[in-house]
Amino acid sequence: MLELTTTRHNPLVDPSLHVWGWEIPVYLFVGGIVAGMMIIAGIAMLRLAKGEDPRGFFSVQTPLLGFMLLNVGMLALLLDLAHKLYVWAVYLTLEPLSPMSWGSWVLLVVYGVLLVSALIRLPDAWPWLGARVPALARVSDWLLARPALIRALAWVNIVLGVMLGVYTGILLNTMVARPLWNTTILPVLFLVSGLSAAAAMMHLATRIFPGRPAPKGLVGGALAAMVQNLGPQPPEKRTGDALVRADIGFLAVELLLIGILVIGLLSSTASHAAAAELVLGGPYTLVFWGGVVAVGILVPLVLQWLELGHRIPHTVLPAVLVLAGGFALRWVMVNAGQASQIVQAAGLH
Amino acid sequence: MQRLSRRRFLKISAATFGAATAATQWKPIPGLAVASGPAAEKGIRTVATFCEQCFWRCGGIAYVRDGTLWKFEGNPKDPQSRGRLCPRGTGAVGAYYDPDRLQRPLVRVGERGKEQWKAVTWDEAFTYIAERMQKIKAEHGPESVAMFNHGIGVRFIQHVLKSWGVINIAGPSFAQCRGPRDVGFTLTFGSGLGSPEPTDIENTGCLVLIGSHLGENMHNLQVQEFARAVERRIPIIVVDPRFSVAASKARHWLPIKPGTDLALLLAWANVLVTEGRYDKAFVEKYGTGFDRFAAEVKQYTPEWAAAETGLDPNLIRATAREFAAHRPATIIHPGRRVNWYGDDTQRSRAIALLNALMGNWGRRGGLFLAAGVKVPAYPLPKYPASDKPLADNPNGERYPFADEAVTTGIREATLNGKPYPIKGWFVYSSNIMSALPNDAETLKAIQALDLLVVIDTLPSEIAGYADVVLPEVTFLERYDELLTGWGRQGWISLRQPVMEAPADQKPGWWMAKQLAAKLGIPECMPFKDIEEYLSWRVEKAGHSWATLKAEGVIQGEKKPITVEEGLELHFDTPSGKVEFWSEQLAKKGFDPVPKYRKHAEAPSGYFRMITGRAPVHTFTRTQSNPLLQDLMRENEVWLNAATAAKLGLANGQYVRLKNQDGVESDRVKVKATQRIRPDTVYLVYGFGQRNPMLKGAYRKGANAAKLTTRYETDPLMGGTSIHSNFVTFVKEA
Amino acid sequence: MARLGMVIDTRKCVGCMDCVVACQTENDVPHGYCRDWITTEVRGTFPNLTMEIRSERCNHCDNPPCVYCCPTGASHVEPLGKTVQVTSNRCIGCKACLAACPYGARFVNPKGYADKCTFCLHRVKEGKDPACVSVCPTHCMHFGDLDDPKSAVSVLLATRTWHTLLPEAGTRPRVFYLT
Ligand SMILES: Nc1nc2c(c(=O)[nH]1)N[C@H]1C(S)=C(S)[C@@H](COP(=O)(O)OP(=O)(O)OC[C@H]3O[C@@H](n4cnc5c(=O)[nH]c(N)nc54)[C@H](O)[C@@H]3O)O[C@H]1N2
Ligand SMILES: Nc1nc2c(c(=O)[nH]1)N[C@H]1C(S)=C(S)[C@@H](COP(=O)(O)OP(=O)(O)OC[C@H]3O[C@@H](n4cnc5c(=O)[nH]c(N)nc54)[C@H](O)[C@@H]3O)O[C@H]1N2
Ligand code: SF4
Ligand code: SF4
Ligand code: SF4
Ligand code: SF4
Ligand code: SF4
Ligand SMILES: [Mo]
Repeated sequence: MLELTTTRHNPLVDPSLHVWGWEIPVYLFVGGIVAGMMIIAGIAMLRLAKGEDPRGFFSVQTPLLGFMLLNVGMLALLLDLAHKLYVWAVYLTLEPLSPMSWGSWVLLVVYGVLLVSALIRLPDAWPWLGARVPALARVSDWLLARPALIRALAWVNIVLGVMLGVYTGILLNTMVARPLWNTTILPVLFLVSGLSAAAAMMHLATRIFPGRPAPKGLVGGALAAMVQNLGPQPPEKRTGDALVRADIGFLAVELLLIGILVIGLLSSTASHAAAAELVLGGPYTLVFWGGVVAVGILVPLVLQWLELGHRIPHTVLPAVLVLAGGFALRWVMVNAGQASQIVQAAGLH
Repeated sequence: MQRLSRRRFLKISAATFGAATAATQWKPIPGLAVASGPAAEKGIRTVATFCEQCFWRCGGIAYVRDGTLWKFEGNPKDPQSRGRLCPRGTGAVGAYYDPDRLQRPLVRVGERGKEQWKAVTWDEAFTYIAERMQKIKAEHGPESVAMFNHGIGVRFIQHVLKSWGVINIAGPSFAQCRGPRDVGFTLTFGSGLGSPEPTDIENTGCLVLIGSHLGENMHNLQVQEFARAVERRIPIIVVDPRFSVAASKARHWLPIKPGTDLALLLAWANVLVTEGRYDKAFVEKYGTGFDRFAAEVKQYTPEWAAAETGLDPNLIRATAREFAAHRPATIIHPGRRVNWYGDDTQRSRAIALLNALMGNWGRRGGLFLAAGVKVPAYPLPKYPASDKPLADNPNGERYPFADEAVTTGIREATLNGKPYPIKGWFVYSSNIMSALPNDAETLKAIQALDLLVVIDTLPSEIAGYADVVLPEVTFLERYDELLTGWGRQGWISLRQPVMEAPADQKPGWWMAKQLAAKLGIPECMPFKDIEEYLSWRVEKAGHSWATLKAEGVIQGEKKPITVEEGLELHFDTPSGKVEFWSEQLAKKGFDPVPKYRKHAEAPSGYFRMITGRAPVHTFTRTQSNPLLQDLMRENEVWLNAATAAKLGLANGQYVRLKNQDGVESDRVKVKATQRIRPDTVYLVYGFGQRNPMLKGAYRKGANAAKLTTRYETDPLMGGTSIHSNFVTFVKEA
Repeated sequence: MARLGMVIDTRKCVGCMDCVVACQTENDVPHGYCRDWITTEVRGTFPNLTMEIRSERCNHCDNPPCVYCCPTGASHVEPLGKTVQVTSNRCIGCKACLAACPYGARFVNPKGYADKCTFCLHRVKEGKDPACVSVCPTHCMHFGDLDDPKSAVSVLLATRTWHTLLPEAGTRPRVFYLT
């Protein structure tokens, strides 16, 4: 028998660690989507550079939407900081061992790249602005005339997207103190889940204003620029199908990774096994298996499969479920991860 | 004058101090800091003074930084602390900043105990008190005002009351604490042990602790020496129903069935005597009645004791042999709070006899004879003579061996008016609602009073029943009587103010002077202020007042305290010998050699409730201290884990305790643990406080005293038992 | 340059928490928080029991994950004694270091920055022991230079049996517990 007692009672630390509330899961979720969107946008830009898909739905909307989503994420991140007034201190240094440090620098670059990427088609997307700031149109034309530059920008998007997608996972993964996080699968899992959520997000975007004329005003135009299809036609059907097909792939890989994660934990140290218990009978079991796996992966996987085979009509439901599942994954990982801890080796004394 | 209902009083104190509880910074508390001293004070200053967080009286050095009380450290020159305080001493800073402190004199306006007060000036308070006192004197005589007190701070108030004619003065430190022990030792060796206990743990070869839970009981120097003993890896034997901290350091833990210690002690004596493992030379030279003692203990074999105590007879034998092997450097620790079962004097006498068998009296590594210092008394007028007997123990007939006044004796006299009515109580620094067993009796006695004055620093439970509450400053804000300590070397310690009073609180000596004037006897306080008094005594003793003020402590001269150092032994018993068989006990009809008697057993479904200390709290006085409270907010009821499982009680679950008389406690957490016998539960005393003005501690945890409705009184000296109650568990809905 | 460490004798420690109170007053630790604390480990079944009592705090690890994860360099290894310290006005309160510490040694000060045991560096600079070490009534704590083979801490480690907390975390703690 072992009776362990401690007199420590620090807020956020005891009885178990809970330093991160809703803000960090939100940030991780949104950051993951943005990462996925950058990768998708990169691919779309590659096609644009080749002269394919001249209407360039993804290449236009994705950076803009990504930019706006990133702001939401950054707001959540800022809200989480306990010493907000000192946030500038992040950019006084680059700490190579700290994923959070280089992640912050990546974020800075991501902002810039998203903005430049958005500039490619901004005047088309937002005529109101294009008409008032002619310089924008000039920049846009200049860029469009240079496929090599667009190709380069596309690759920058892809690389940064991958970095953004994995860095949060690496950040958690480096914490030896939290066995649930301390697994190399995590960065890949977060990346794939981000891609799947990004696909779902884009899918949702194509569905929200399918093919109505774009509003031209200040606010309406700005909003439409992010989510709406260019011109009066909806995106080509094969574009939508490609998204669904891609998402099926992402979800399948995600399922595989989750399986590996659980098996990996169970077959590792006592601490890792104990961490797995948190989702295998522990307090996070329901959200994990019900929320992340069933609602977030299995159900949309089946629905999308059926949609592609035209056995059921296309709806936004799978996309909504995937997004919910993506958030649930971050929520579970952040919360259960904090609760996981190194178990003292038995019979130490 | 403003009328204050309790609600309004609470509001006022909340407005002044309340913010602190919510704030994350526990000091300085806004209202207090503003009031305390010149705000402009910069830098660090230090003041040497001694601690009053308990009665061990460690010397310390207080640090004030930019006008704020920063920390309190041990004074390296002080023999009680040797430069290190215990957690309660270190936490004394929190006593100063306690948001619940009393602030100004209060006079009761409503019914007693309803806590409706009006704030009054000090002058009004003393006028009120003096008028009532004179009325009692006129009707019944000054003996009808009695006093309960504890601690050195009472010195001048006690002096003024004595000068006025008060003769009945008692403290819980006798009948509720170490009284039985000191009487048991006096009956055997001719003198008690006093405080601090002269146990030479520093040099002992074997230490036996019976209950004494050093490490939880934080009496400083003893704990320091105990830790050294652990480090020296000497055999330590601990007898305790609970796996105490001390037990965890011991070579042998004897998890005795509570209430059966005397059986073990007598069996140990049996082993020592039958196996000849005692100090024959000592017994021969200094002892008397040994043969009759030896014949008496023949019957108490370890096998017999095993049945009573639940201990292994071989362990009983082995431990006796082990500690005997180290004599005379063996200590069977006399304990301190020994009032457990009502037959405690005889148990203490058995312990004294075991020590006598070890021949350790006045020996290195045994019990040394403490040395003191001589400091001339300030010339004060004599107290008036009284022709009345003491109320608690008239002519020593009720408790023939009591050598101090018995608190519960005064309570009883108040209740039944015999030998004469008691109409007024002064209570200084003692929470007698908790310190005495069975608070129903205390309450009834209070209803018979015409005057109840409580002098306290906090709104204690007893203060809630007072007619007049006089708020004293804490020890950090006052001078007190000089401490002349007894120990390996005598010493003088000075208590002096570190901070100014944060509100309208005053020191005891100042109150005494005002009261003397109001009572028309100002001549009994013939000095301008206490500094005049203190410096006179210090200088007359040949020391420098300035040095004492600067250093806090002056060492007395070294005198022999052991035979090894040239001490000669004398025994102040009637026979002049160590009394193995006691003629004086026999004469009064008591057992001349302790005899074992069984105690009542718990009814089925009930557990014996025992109490003790937590290292970070003192009795009922520290629970609202923000620093100490942070370390322990409430107590837990210890229960054997297997028993808990049987009862369906989980660790950490809240329950209520109900005793055999149906008294229920406040909710308390279960500590399901292997560290206690299955038939016993344990509570740290001092929690579950009942004065709502003591916000920081109000009803937090279970109040052990409230569950102590049954008690037995030691017929020898009036000690009252505390471990004679049984409780069962009531699950929280 | 010294490499400071602490050696605590669990045989002598009585769990009195004096070290905790002393740290509170010395360092103005805010109400409701603590930089050090007591852990007790009871093994066995009644009446065959053993108990280890430990005063715990930041271990000033030789391999400190809390430093590695810090995005601003606020958490750093101080040249003085190679101790792990937090520069409060560079800390953004991201709490990564709280999550990274396997010992729960850190907390967020109500003022917003990460806080923890400093090994009382301000006292060390004056040649004094940390507050907790110098208050301990059982004298069970020792403090000094682990790189100096003649220091009291090194001698104790060389002559007694000891363990550190969660060695499997790979942090190489510099608070040692004598058994
Ligand atoms: N921290 C702290 N220290 C204190 C005090 C304080 O308030 N706080 N108060 C001081 C004062 S005034 C006193 S008197 C002392 C009291 O402290 P001590 O004299 O050391 O101990 P007791 O209170 O008599 O006994 C408590 C211990 O006895 C055990 N016990 C209970 N019943 C029995 C029994 O039947 N047989 C045996 N063998 N053991 C039993 C309990 O489990 C517990 O471990 O502490 C002093 N030190
Ligand atoms: N049930 C139970 N009863 C017990 C005990 C037990 O363990 N269990 N222990 C017994 C023992 S060993 C003892 S010694 C007694 C102790 O009994 P008491 O001496 O009554 O001790 P406390 O309960 O601390 O009450 C002290 C009161 O003094 C106040 N006070 C503190 N400092 C000062 C000051 O500087 N000036 C003034 N004027 N007041 C001050 C506090 O606020 C508190 O209200 O209790 C005994 N009674
Ligand atoms: S033992 Fe502790 S509380 Fe008692 S006087 Fe000494 S330091 Fe103060
Ligand atoms: S002060 Fe010393 S004995 Fe007390 S808990 Fe801390 S380390 Fe242990
Ligand atoms: S104990 Fe924790 S906070 Fe301290 S150095 Fe090690 S990892 Fe960092
Ligand atoms: S909370 Fe402060 S010290 Fe900790 S990792 Fe973040 S910035 Fe660094
Ligand atoms: S070394 Fe200083 S800061 Fe660290 S726990 Fe001890 S007293 Fe607190
Ligand atoms: Mo006592």
